[in-house]
Amino acid sequence: MQLILQNITHRYGGSTVLDDISLTVDDGEIVCIVGPSGCGKSTLLRIAGGLEKPGGGKALLSGPTPEGSLNPLTYIFQDFALLPWRTVEGNVSLVLEDHGIARSERTGIIADVLARTNLSDFAKALPRQLSGGMKQRVAIARALAVKPAIMLMDEPLSALDSQTRELLMDDLVALWTRERFSACYVTHNLNEAVRLGRRIIVLSRRPGRIRDIVEIDMPLAERVERLPELESLQRRVWEIMREEAREADREITDVA
Amino acid sequence: MSHDATAGDRPHTDTAGTQQTGMRDVPFRGGGFVHRPLGPVAPIVFLVILAIWELGSRSGFISPIALPAPSAAFAALVDLFQTGMLWKHLGASLYRLLLGWSLGSLLGIAVGLAVGLFSLARAGLLPLVSALFPVPKIALLPLFIIWFGIGEGSKVATILFGTFFPTVIATYAGVDNVDRNLIRMGQSFGLSWLSIVRKIIVPGAMPAILSGFRISASIAIVLLVAAEMIGAEFGVGAYILMAGALFALDQLIAGVALLSLLGLCIAWAIGKLEKRLLAWRM
Ligand SMILES: Nc1ncnc2c1ncn2[C@@H]1O[C@H](COP(=O)(O)OP(=O)(O)OP(=O)(O)O)[C@@H](O)[C@H]1O
Ligand SMILES: [Mg+2]
Repeated sequence: MQLILQNITHRYGGSTVLDDISLTVDDGEIVCIVGPSGCGKSTLLRIAGGLEKPGGGKALLSGPTPEGSLNPLTYIFQDFALLPWRTVEGNVSLVLEDHGIARSERTGIIADVLARTNLSDFAKALPRQLSGGMKQRVAIARALAVKPAIMLMDEPLSALDSQTRELLMDDLVALWTRERFSACYVTHNLNEAVRLGRRIIVLSRRPGRIRDIVEIDMPLAERVERLPELESLQRRVWEIMREEAREADREITDVA
Repeated sequence: MSHDATAGDRPHTDTAGTQQTGMRDVPFRGGGFVHRPLGPVAPIVFLVILAIWELGSRSGFISPIALPAPSAAFAALVDLFQTGMLWKHLGASLYRLLLGWSLGSLLGIAVGLAVGLFSLARAGLLPLVSALFPVPKIALLPLFIIWFGIGEGSKVATILFGTFFPTVIATYAGVDNVDRNLIRMGQSFGLSWLSIVRKIIVPGAMPAILSGFRISASIAIVLLVAAEMIGAEFGVGAYILMAGALFALDQLIAGVALLSLLGLCIAWAIGKLEKRLLAWRM
């Protein structure tokens, strides 16, 4: 399934946040979106997932919904968004309960996704008992449970320390190698972008326009061993972003 | 400990000569500002006060006309128990309290959820709630007597109204405080509206609702006694009023002790409920 954004424009009050953004996320492709803070990345992702109506332009899906997908467009949030009063399995169960799945089948799915994210031992734990990395793993397990066609990830690793981030990035690469999900991955961390992205879309400062697109053909699984090459790519992306980021930093936000 | 400007001008070598240069402990400056649980302190304080009071009464320092001895109040309580009147008074009070409080709380939660969830309910009901909340409900008792009769109806209605408004306010404030990200998460997974309310909003508002219960329960006790003092044959309030009218101070103190005990029991029950429903927070 493809996600197509056509000429997305969006305003909050008087200020334009997104200006004429078009992009396509192909089947099995991870598209990274980077851009200076406040340029509208989260807004773009909310529009892509149908949580917000764009002021102009269209968010479209094309191609058949994959068999068995309960929630084709599925989010992973920066702050994990786990219900603190539900256990790990309860949080996964939450997103299955509205689909009329028999209880036995549901427990089967929960056990399966927890096993795939190495969380089986923590099924009965409450979110407050888990570290940040574990919480994000639970959120990933929850997303896998509804068999998404496209994952929408808004800075999923930004709340984690750098070691945990490395571990989870490895997990994501392994997961992608197995499942070949498509993803729209918003980040401000260029290292994550070059490690995960098939394409990197660089946005300008507010109002967000597409500044440049960097394609990376290197297979995901090989990237860990070819870090020096990625390093130069990362520098290239940074060169594109630098001026934008500097200007964005000096701007006074005049949001009403 | 003044923060004069001049104090900062001089280098910090106060009392020159006593400057130490050898190895020494880093001076400890932490600690304090934290409460340690001190289990038996509360009962000890309570018993000491009772003992001083009893001693004062026995020695004649406290006149029995001004304040009866605790033992006298206790004797009145025992007497109440032996004549069987205790259950009559306490039963009548508990019935009114439980009925009024639970109806008021249920209605309050329902209206509070509506105010929290629907713009129309908020625009229509919130001004009404804000206008009626500060009215002392006991002032409306004559009105309730006309509407619901001099019997149980008016007393239950007073308690119901008294608990309704704080519950509405606690509930809708709790709904407003539910993490919007969690609601957005629910929407992004395609949960139905009812599921979002039942599984995200209500549990998220539960801490606020329960602390509302604490407030409404004490309001209910105050109103109970006031309503019973105005017109009731039985009930702890009526018992206290009767004792006061006869200047039977020992009975009066016994009645007040009963009320205090009732309040403690309710606080304990709500604490249990909180432990159960909010275990995820501890
Ligand atoms: N609901 C809203 N109402 C009004 N203004 C908003 C709203 N949401 C976002 N904005 C504004 O729109 C702009 C873009 O916000 P957005 O969160 O999409 O940026 P972002 O690129 O995700 O930023 P960050 O890197 O900080 O996450 C910001 O200036 C923000 O203040
Ligand atoms: Mg953002």
